[in-house]
Amino acid sequence: MRTRLYATVAAGGFRRHATYRVATAAGVFTNTVFGLILSYTYIALWDERPQLGGYSMDDALAYVWIGQALITVCGLMGGGFEEELIERIRTGDIAVDLYRPADLQAWWFSANLGRSAYQLLGRGVVPMAVGALVFDFTLPAGPGTWLAFLVAVALGSTVSFAIWYLVAMSAFWLLDGQGVVQVAWLGGLFFSGMLLPLNVFPGALGELARVLPWASMLQVPADVYLGKYAGGWQLAGAYAFQGCWALVLLGAGRAAQAAATRKVVVQGG
Amino acid sequence: MSFIELESLEKTFTIRRKEGLLKRSKREVRAVDGISFGVERGEMVGYIGPNGAGKSTTIKMLTGILTPSGGRLRVAGIDPSPSSRLRSGRGGPNRERTRLAQRIGVVFGQRTTLWWDLPLKDSYGLMHRMYRIPDARYRENLDRCVELLDLGELLDVPVRQLSLGQRMRGDIAAALLHDPEVLYLDEPTIGLDVVSKARVREFLRELNASQGTTVLLTTHDLTDIEQLCSRVMVIDHGKLMYDGKLAGLHAVGESERLLVVDLERELPPIEDVPGARFVRAEGPRQYLAFPASSSAAPLVAAVAAAYPLVDLSVREPDIEAVIAKMYGGTREERRESLM
Repeated sequence: MRTRLYATVAAGGFRRHATYRVATAAGVFTNTVFGLILSYTYIALWDERPQLGGYSMDDALAYVWIGQALITVCGLMGGGFEEELIERIRTGDIAVDLYRPADLQAWWFSANLGRSAYQLLGRGVVPMAVGALVFDFTLPAGPGTWLAFLVAVALGSTVSFAIWYLVAMSAFWLLDGQGVVQVAWLGGLFFSGMLLPLNVFPGALGELARVLPWASMLQVPADVYLGKYAGGWQLAGAYAFQGCWALVLLGAGRAAQAAATRKVVVQGG
Repeated sequence: MSFIELESLEKTFTIRRKEGLLKRSKREVRAVDGISFGVERGEMVGYIGPNGAGKSTTIKMLTGILTPSGGRLRVAGIDPSPSSRLRSGRGGPNRERTRLAQRIGVVFGQRTTLWWDLPLKDSYGLMHRMYRIPDARYRENLDRCVELLDLGELLDVPVRQLSLGQRMRGDIAAALLHDPEVLYLDEPTIGLDVVSKARVREFLRELNASQGTTVLLTTHDLTDIEQLCSRVMVIDHGKLMYDGKLAGLHAVGESERLLVVDLERELPPIEDVPGARFVRAEGPRQYLAFPASSSAAPLVAAVAAAYPLVDLSVREPDIEAVIAKMYGGTREERRESLM
């Protein structure tokens, strides 16, 4: 592994996003407002149906703010890198990435890791703190839970990367990735549990939603945060669920990348 | 065996087009149609041709981005094509690719390898890691590039704030930090102003002379070739049409340069100067064509002796015009561009 190279790429990804301070401030504002709206909606819902999906009111409110904090970190509504990658494929700038002595997927993964880390600090912490000031929601039991939560977030972010990377790869064949992006966006919005926790989904739909990869991105980290996994084995199971999806989807991304670089035309110029 | 060697290299693209509701037609486009040539170590070669001739496709195959449809290809003894890398097995595809990438540098004039949002020097730090350049060597090469390409003031400037000429210089430096043996330049002077062009050319000449770097250069600007390349290859419709000296190209193509003379006043067409052909007049300005292979000096002397000359300039034929003349009159519109 070329740790130093990819560490440099990740650091670059972090600093690139850090240069856009106004965008970060605007994002924090949007997340906070959206969090307030969702909070009041959830309060109304949980007033009617206490313990819905096994969550108390405090759990539900924590869930809202975790969601707001992770929107960009775990790419719930778009991975935050796929538009750039699709644009590079469409314009042919991807040629520059391809001749480099570096692996395309590892390169973008590292860059995205840097981006996620910045988003966690820049756009995750503040809305969560604001939410905690306004509402009295559940906080993790202790530092161990915080740590376990961060591991789940890292895994969730990896699954998110893998999904959006696959989406971006489709641009090699479709040339215009917008259609696929729209579908992935809608799928992510619904199946990540961004609008409503997945454990609230009824029957077969709920069963399905909880085993799809999008569950790794918000539902699993939130449940880790809320301490819903009793004991080490359950927690390990949750990590394994995320890890398996990460491996499968990263593998699919590699296969798509190999097929693309082998036979697909690099556009333009 | 040559340093860069192509043997009947081919690249065919299949283009599918929609015709009506369900019908699709397939059309094969031969972007590169059986090209063979060899480039020796330390040569500086121009690779020219009109838009869509297959220049960039060739470069992409040489860098290993595109797989050839047929033929053979070797760069520094390595077969760059992605499929051969996949087949090669030992160490996997990445090892071959890395081995080749360590030895080549690429500059795509219309694209950038630099980090758009970050200071220029950050991209160089990235190259340092990417090519595993030893620290001392990296310092030395960076210092040299910074000095020769005048990048000192720009190192802390985010790339998106650089002018096109500055960015191009930055990109050229980025391609050279790992001491590549071959440098591919795809339109390195496109869109640059005269001063920037001159600076880039000067740097490339110096690089070739002092480091012995083999340079393959595509361009639309004949001056690039004139000032840099002892050898030029012309490709059109995916075929190699000419391979030799630039002067020879002018002779083969019977191309003409244009002498633009401004006279004191409007006068009848200058038709009595030997070796020149009157093209047209715009008031006191007259356009005379003469063979590109002959000198403009006697012509200028003859005109100055017989007419009240105020000012003059010589226009070089552009490559498209040369090629259009070279291969028959089928491209009248290109010949127009001489006017």
